[in-house]
Amino acid sequence: MNSITKKRVRISDAVMYGLIYLCAGISVLLIAGIIIYVFAKGFSQISWEFLTTTTSVLKGTVGIAGNILNTLYIIVLTMLLATPIGVGAAIYLNEYAKPGRLVRMIELATETLAGIPSIIFGMFGMMFFGTTLGLKYSILTGTLTLTLMVLPLITRNTQEALKTVPNSYRHGAVGLGAGKWYTIRTILLPSAMPGIITGAILAVGRIVGESAALLYTAGSSDLLPATAQAYLDKILQPGGTLTIQLYLSAQDGEFDVAFGIALVLLVIVLAINMATKFLAKKFDVNRLK
Amino acid sequence: MGKKYMSETIAKVVFTIFAIVAIVAVCSITVYMIRLGTPALLEVGVIDLLFGTEWKPTAGEPVFGIFYVILTSIAGTVMALLIGVPVGLLTAVFLAEVGNKKLVNIVQPAVELLAAVPSVIYGLLGIMILKPFMYQLELMIYKDAPEHQFTGGANFISAILVLAIMILPTVINISASSIRAVQPSIKSASLALGATKIQTIFKVVLPAAKSGIMTAVVLGMGRALGEAMAIAMVAGGAVNLPLPFNSVRFLTTLIVGEMSYSSGLHREALFTIGLVLFVFILFVNIFLTRIIKKGEAE
Repeated sequence: MNSITKKRVRISDAVMYGLIYLCAGISVLLIAGIIIYVFAKGFSQISWEFLTTTTSVLKGTVGIAGNILNTLYIIVLTMLLATPIGVGAAIYLNEYAKPGRLVRMIELATETLAGIPSIIFGMFGMMFFGTTLGLKYSILTGTLTLTLMVLPLITRNTQEALKTVPNSYRHGAVGLGAGKWYTIRTILLPSAMPGIITGAILAVGRIVGESAALLYTAGSSDLLPATAQAYLDKILQPGGTLTIQLYLSAQDGEFDVAFGIALVLLVIVLAINMATKFLAKKFDVNRLK
Repeated sequence: MGKKYMSETIAKVVFTIFAIVAIVAVCSITVYMIRLGTPALLEVGVIDLLFGTEWKPTAGEPVFGIFYVILTSIAGTVMALLIGVPVGLLTAVFLAEVGNKKLVNIVQPAVELLAAVPSVIYGLLGIMILKPFMYQLELMIYKDAPEHQFTGGANFISAILVLAIMILPTVINISASSIRAVQPSIKSASLALGATKIQTIFKVVLPAAKSGIMTAVVLGMGRALGEAMAIAMVAGGAVNLPLPFNSVRFLTTLIVGEMSYSSGLHREALFTIGLVLFVFILFVNIFLTRIIKKGEAE
């Protein structure tokens, strides 16, 4: 019965194989189900009007242009703040710091920051930026809150990218008489760029999907600014992102709008996912060179 | 000092300051959470607040007891792990050991996308799909129990299911990379001794990847404890014992649900809930660093 040519199939093995394939299938079914369901429910909602107007009872329009704008504001402002700080922190950790207490503390702080739930960031942002600094519910309050939230993501990705730059590059530069900052600027950062951009795109994805940290910091207005000046003032005024509007619409039972927004969000998320894939491939090619 | 050296010094100082931002942020958040969370603790009393079973913040004589809320968060996290970890672990085994390249290339992106779906979308789908289903079940189970408070399907089970799905990517990704990191030689040794592939995976590979898998579980735990919006949409709006068909409030969903209209002591109590959550998360983090250190030592 037990020979080399005729293997006995253990029943427990077969059962385990079945379970393993089943579990792997669950993830695929879930994501396929989510995408199909959201597209089926949201597609009829999507129209030029939905994407380019704001919801107004007077005009009888239902639209999310204000929320799209708010989301863009928060993405751009957060990335403008978080990218230099996060990349800079990674440069310090990787290129300047000598192993010791400070480095351990910074790394521990970065890890802790990464583990803090977004609702805590939201409460802190509301009370610190909103109340203590007097920024109230505003896009800026939301931006500052999210900056802290995405910081670890950018720092870690940049660190990983810097680690893959061969040491010979650094030695070569120093040997030619370049200073440290000059080396970083002209050699290390360009070599690590795909990794840094991947981290930045992941951070954008995190910002687009974030809701709990924004509900009580950026607030929920969905209006569009009327004048050029108002576009600037907007930063100090409340603004609800797409996720916040989705939440509020679902609360009010306006599921058509909610699914319209869900579809827009999913498309953005899919695009971001593809962009990181593309960059990862490029990154690998660079490393082989 | 030449201009060249100036820029070198400035760069170093700026990067050092940027690196310290993370420390400043963590310290400020800690100080703020303690400062905001303690007034209600002192006013209501530590025991009454943490172990009181009644939450009536807006009653004529308000009562602030969050014991059921704490219980719900703990029980919900444990249940989500009980469902999510086995499924996630077996999926990780599939990705790292069992699946052929073609199938892995389908499952891996699916897992990545699952991680990227915003939590409000999970909540929305929970409302549209889970809630009606749960309501049907509720009607069937409790049709002869008039004393049951009907929830319309927004209940503890719905929240657990949503949480279990949301921790899947974390559990899968971290376990899969730790399984991939197991030395091939011990696998070959096991196979050479006549063990089947399945025996090798479960008796040799998984035990060798133990610390990585523990890391995955603890990270999943942190994710489940901290999730707010998705379960705020499906868990219901009343503080109750975490029983399957009860409408429940988690630490996170209570904050999301009541912050907007709270004031005075009610708001302070919400901050205490935030502090409780923060302390839980800190413990999870400490636990995590321990596991990682132990894994490195091995």
